[in-house]
Amino acid sequence: MSETNGSNGGAPAGLTKKDFSSDQETRWCPGCGDYAILATVQQFLPELGLPPERIVFVAGIGCAGRFAYYMNTYGVHGIHGRAPALATGLALARSDLSIWVVSGDGDALSIGGNHLIHALRRNVPIKILLFNNQIYGLTKGQYSPTSEEGKVTKSTPFGSLDHPFNPIALALGAEATFVARTVDTDREHQAQVLRAAADHQGSALIEIYQNCNVFNDGAFEAVRGKGRDANQIRLEHSKPIRFGVDSERGVTRGPDGRLRLETVSEVGEDALVVHDAHDPNPSQAFSLAHLSERPNGPTPIGLFRAVERPVFAESMTRELESAREGVGTEDLDALLRSGDTWTVE
Amino acid sequence: MNKATEEIERVVVRFAGDSGDGIQLAGDRFAAATALVGNDLATLPDFPAEIRAPAGTLAGVSAFQIHFASRDILTPGGQPNVLVAMNPAALKANLTELERGGIVIANQDGFSEHNLRKAGYEANPLDDGALDDYQVFRVPMTSMTVRATEGIDGITARDAARSKNLFALGLVSWMYSRPTDATIRWIEQKFAAKPQIMEANLAAFRAGYNFGETAELLQVHYEVKAAPAEPGTYRGINGTTAAALGLIAASVRSGLPLFLASYPITPASELLHELSRHKRFGVRTVQAEDEIAAANMALGASFGGHLGVTASSGPGMDLKQETIGLAATLELPLVVIDVQRAGPSTGMPTKTEAADLLMAIHGRHGESPLPVVAASTPAQCFEAVLEAARIAVAYRTPVILLSDTFLANSSEPWRVPDAADLPEIDPGFATGPNSGEEFWPYLRDERGARPWALPGTTGLQHVIGGLEKEDGTGHISYEPGNHALMTRLRAKKIAGIATEIGELEVDRVDGAEMLVLGWGSTYGAIKGAVRRVRLRGEKVDSAHLHHLNPLPRNTGEVVRSYRKVLIPEMNTGQLVNIIRGEFLVDALSYTKVEGLPIFAEELDDVITERL
Ligand code: SF4
Repeated sequence: MSETNGSNGGAPAGLTKKDFSSDQETRWCPGCGDYAILATVQQFLPELGLPPERIVFVAGIGCAGRFAYYMNTYGVHGIHGRAPALATGLALARSDLSIWVVSGDGDALSIGGNHLIHALRRNVPIKILLFNNQIYGLTKGQYSPTSEEGKVTKSTPFGSLDHPFNPIALALGAEATFVARTVDTDREHQAQVLRAAADHQGSALIEIYQNCNVFNDGAFEAVRGKGRDANQIRLEHSKPIRFGVDSERGVTRGPDGRLRLETVSEVGEDALVVHDAHDPNPSQAFSLAHLSERPNGPTPIGLFRAVERPVFAESMTRELESAREGVGTEDLDALLRSGDTWTVE
Repeated sequence: MNKATEEIERVVVRFAGDSGDGIQLAGDRFAAATALVGNDLATLPDFPAEIRAPAGTLAGVSAFQIHFASRDILTPGGQPNVLVAMNPAALKANLTELERGGIVIANQDGFSEHNLRKAGYEANPLDDGALDDYQVFRVPMTSMTVRATEGIDGITARDAARSKNLFALGLVSWMYSRPTDATIRWIEQKFAAKPQIMEANLAAFRAGYNFGETAELLQVHYEVKAAPAEPGTYRGINGTTAAALGLIAASVRSGLPLFLASYPITPASELLHELSRHKRFGVRTVQAEDEIAAANMALGASFGGHLGVTASSGPGMDLKQETIGLAATLELPLVVIDVQRAGPSTGMPTKTEAADLLMAIHGRHGESPLPVVAASTPAQCFEAVLEAARIAVAYRTPVILLSDTFLANSSEPWRVPDAADLPEIDPGFATGPNSGEEFWPYLRDERGARPWALPGTTGLQHVIGGLEKEDGTGHISYEPGNHALMTRLRAKKIAGIATEIGELEVDRVDGAEMLVLGWGSTYGAIKGAVRRVRLRGEKVDSAHLHHLNPLPRNTGEVVRSYRKVLIPEMNTGQLVNIIRGEFLVDALSYTKVEGLPIFAEELDDVITERL
């Protein structure tokens, strides 16, 4: 079996979006951010250079979980939170497939938190799309592990008491080798991030800010709505980190070592922090993750980190596959008779 | 000195000491040598859950019992005839079970003031007449071991004392005329990397053996001749190894790569360890982050065309059930091995019980029937696992295989089958469309099984999931009639397995009015007890269930044909409820939940009383 990881190196297979879309009717609420993500992913997949049968979508539970049904690829819609574990088993069994996990903030960070962090630390060759809408949609609007403190929902009429996760920081803490963030409606940026994830060797976590217009509308307004050009801090490897409508603002490191937002004309271009996504040390990526605690002002998107580390069990898998070749009943007979035996005539 | 040799038919020996004393190792080696003699045998290891329980205390006692004979035997024996006690705690914990007049071989050096106090003895039982009813041999094993190892480079007296288990092994090997070469070879291999330890162990083993031969203390040794057995190649095997080999056999016979994902748990971890060694057969093992992940990884591997297996014990089974339910509705092969232990909750992790039967059959929400297979003896785990894998693949279903702590750890001789005689398993992967130009993942075959189409197969792309599926197409459907249909189709598929698992066989005598019906590891005890009762002229039949769901198709007919049906179980009465509920037969129940197997002797009394 040839190894695939995410992509086939972009070899064109002459396929289009249509080849990757199923005939199933989409069932999300009108206006849901999931539609934009679905369209972008379907549009992007031909770029992998793989026929649809070599691609598998593994989905968890939640609104995002329906994603797999809309793809004309292989797919499994598993149980709540366990998609990364199921995908891990599949990835270990089949190194020739391109495997994508679709999960949400409740699925990946609450009930399935354990599987997410372990898949990331192992560097299993799976690409995890985390649709973060900061709410439980499918169960009709309870607060999620990414909802802001004090969130008023049906289950928290007096405001939630929980401090939220920062998914990017969590992934970095879990030793993820690829961590990125994008926005549902930003098709081009999203496709760029998907491309980088597919090319990455090992697991990729992509947080996608996804608007739930029914239960948490406008959660990402600052980076998704009118003010997006002012607030999106687009991270680009080896470039000084600048943002703003006219790139007039930037990120610097203060004398206390902390990152801060400044006006470029005041500090000078040389003072800007240069983004290094390949830095083996995750400290700067971690600082960037905490540059904005909530996406309601300037917020970094793009590739936080992409480093190389051996892919989980890759060499072991090769070894096992070749060891098994030609194994038959004779070898089995020898195995069954190994150790101390005796014969009765 | 030429000592007398006495021939005996059977004997039960129990080795007992501190959990750090190497008792299990000595027992294992004794069992291996005994198997080579051609005796029939059964073993029962019994050790504490604590890895290093406080030395010298009753809680820290580890024991290993072996029953061997020149005829066919069925259980590790109830009362031991010989007790090897390495310290006072070992004596105290085991003496009550020793037969009156039995032999005590005590490591005299272990009976220090300090150890006596820790075991709660006020006076030394070796001196105060407490053992007057037994034949006692006091052997200064520790000091003789230290002396035997003097002069070995780099071995301190402390290191040397650790080899006293091999002194005990040597001594008992002499007593029962066991061959020494296999043990010596084993020591040489096992400690090849540590030559001094190897030397010390060899010296200790030989010293023990020679002590038996030369010391005045022991005047007789015994011989137990080979038991009659069918021609063939034999090896000693425990349930864990038998299960591991069964899985590898299933992989070879099906052509499916074997994939085991497990989370460490007593007593199922041993299977993970055992399978991790078989790279040659392409066996993939993963130590998952938790029990749920283990089940999901195995299921993911099955989706990819591997033989997905996960193994656990009670607490882990609780956690896996949601995933097993998913496998039931995805209709993918999955083998789930439950090495049962005493519960509830953490319970007694190293002690045996068989109380997961109803959980295996019914332990998921909704209607999610699945096949349940139970192993009956340590060696039979091989066949049982192979059968579970066969059913899983043929019917595209999760199968729960019930084993237990006793089966996993006990060993017995196994007549090794020829690989070519093992059942062939045909995965029968889907290769093309099955409904016109389309591929329908839930279009069933005559067995009711759905097609298994592997990712990578052109044109057969499909999505399966936990949501209810439309019959045939597999599309999501909440249509009432469809759900009712799918529920019945899934149930019918599982029930239909009964048509090809063979009938329940009854071990009959003419005129029997009582049937003793069992399942799981009570097999040996039931056979043994029925044999004893019959020797006294009573008429009792026995039968054993290996398939618990579905039951063999003649089960109802069999149980209805007796005036009395007695069901012994290592739980508080689970099979008995199934038999009563399913067949309206007023079956009698005998239950035991002491963390110990049921023994033939006790069951003999129960049968006799209820006849
Ligand atoms: S509830 Fe929210 S997330 Fe779910 S489909 Fe509707 S809009 Fe989308």
